[in-house]
Amino acid sequence: MIDHANNSWVLLSSALIMFMTVPALALFYGGLVKKKNILSLMMQSFVCLIVVSLLWVIVGYSLAFSPSELIPGVLGDFRWAFLGGIGSNDPSPYVVSDPNGPVAHLSFVIFQAMFAVITPAVISGAFAERMKFSAFLAFTVIWLFVVYVPLAHMAWSTNGVFAKAGLMDFAGGTVVEINSGFSALAGALMLGQRKNLRAIPPHNLTYTLTGAAMLWFGWFGFNAGSGLASDGLASSAFVMTNTAAAVAGLAWAGMDWLLQKKPTILGAASGAIAGLVVITPAAGFVALPGALILGLAAGMLCYVAVVFVKYALGYDDSLDAFGVHGVAGVLGTLGTGLFAAPFVTAPFGMNGGAGFSGLFYGNPASWGVQAQATLVSVVWAFGMSFAIFALLKATIGIRVSEKDEAIGLDITQHNEKAYTLIE
Amino acid sequence: MKLIIAIVQPYRLEEVKQSLYSADIQLMTVSEVLGHGRQGGATEVYRGNRESGNLLRKIRLEIAVNDDYVERTISAIVKGAKTGELGDGKIFVYNLEECVRIRTEERGHVAIG
Repeated sequence: MIDHANNSWVLLSSALIMFMTVPALALFYGGLVKKKNILSLMMQSFVCLIVVSLLWVIVGYSLAFSPSELIPGVLGDFRWAFLGGIGSNDPSPYVVSDPNGPVAHLSFVIFQAMFAVITPAVISGAFAERMKFSAFLAFTVIWLFVVYVPLAHMAWSTNGVFAKAGLMDFAGGTVVEINSGFSALAGALMLGQRKNLRAIPPHNLTYTLTGAAMLWFGWFGFNAGSGLASDGLASSAFVMTNTAAAVAGLAWAGMDWLLQKKPTILGAASGAIAGLVVITPAAGFVALPGALILGLAAGMLCYVAVVFVKYALGYDDSLDAFGVHGVAGVLGTLGTGLFAAPFVTAPFGMNGGAGFSGLFYGNPASWGVQAQATLVSVVWAFGMSFAIFALLKATIGIRVSEKDEAIGLDITQHNEKAYTLIE
Repeated sequence: MKLIIAIVQPYRLEEVKQSLYSADIQLMTVSEVLGHGRQGGATEVYRGNRESGNLLRKIRLEIAVNDDYVERTISAIVKGAKTGELGDGKIFVYNLEECVRIRTEERGHVAIG
């Protein structure tokens, strides 16, 4: 019953997505902060892997994906708590492009776990270098259940509101990208600016580039694995993912060259990430023209958001979690409603054999669904995160003291040093 | 001419710099060093082992000044670096034999500022 070929690809994809959190994101973010704070960033990523992995198998997966529900359309129930009722040889109830070749249910569980792991890790970029570790931990746990699980349920669960409306979100434009981006914005606003905020240079761009390359590598699992099959749709998603990353990297580096006189490695890497974000909801739905245009748009739009808008509006989104994930997430989710090409998904019998079409391929209705889901995700992620931060700020406090911020988080939050000077 | 060497806490560097700029002292060399005073360094924990007597990170500033600027430099550094706690640092004043501005090959008092 379980299709071994599909299953092996989804398991590999799960490992690739885990790799995106640690070490990829840890390195990408770590290199961007001052050297006295690198461990705190890495710890935040690592702790997401540890804590969310556990919460997911205990109760998170069930609440996100069970068809029976506590809140119709929004939240599942506890039927699969502690993975009860999920046998080792049970096929996954969730299929995408290959309904006759399901993966193992447990494969789907762990595949989705890795999505839930990386999303809060991305958010940590917004409040880098000034958040208390205890508050971060508390935020992650509360946020997982209040923000992530409902959004995942709405977008992907059998009876989820968006899923039933026909939302096209291949790998998480709403659940992961818009979610992390707008939760991050709430965090940046609630935490306030870093002290002595001038252009703080990244302490190690070699880590950042290495991390970005590893993110690109892992993203193949993130996107191409989301069809839950090792078929042609996975291949198509893989190609579109690579293309969008490449053209977005080119666009951002190009704008750097044009506007700042030199193409920077940070620009090329950030652009590539923006391209990967924008193609996330679109990967299995669009064809090459869509991938190229979305990637180009993401590279340029996120550049503007990060280089101009952020400083104009004055919020300190330290590592551009909102500027890249939030902005490109919205662009990609809406863009999928424009560029979804039916001939990509029709060969797999999807959407009743007709394939999924966007506005440019004759289906204006789908754009409306994309827009609604985008709006709900933005409001839910931002609003609930803002509330959680406010609650924590009023109770345990979320920001480190001024002195601790100046000394550095590695020493003050973790009593550890990343680098020694002489020996 | 004097060479002033100050050892200060790294997390006070910004305040020290701003304080020096306000006192019209713009030239300095900054390096990262290790050291400790009589407390013998802080205690740190690595995988459950307690280590003491670690050399701690400090910042070292070197500022060459004319004699009439010595007191204001010392005041500026103290203003920026002093917290009243252990580890605030020390300032040493050396006699400076000669000073040369490489670009113009000027020497002496005019080369300092």
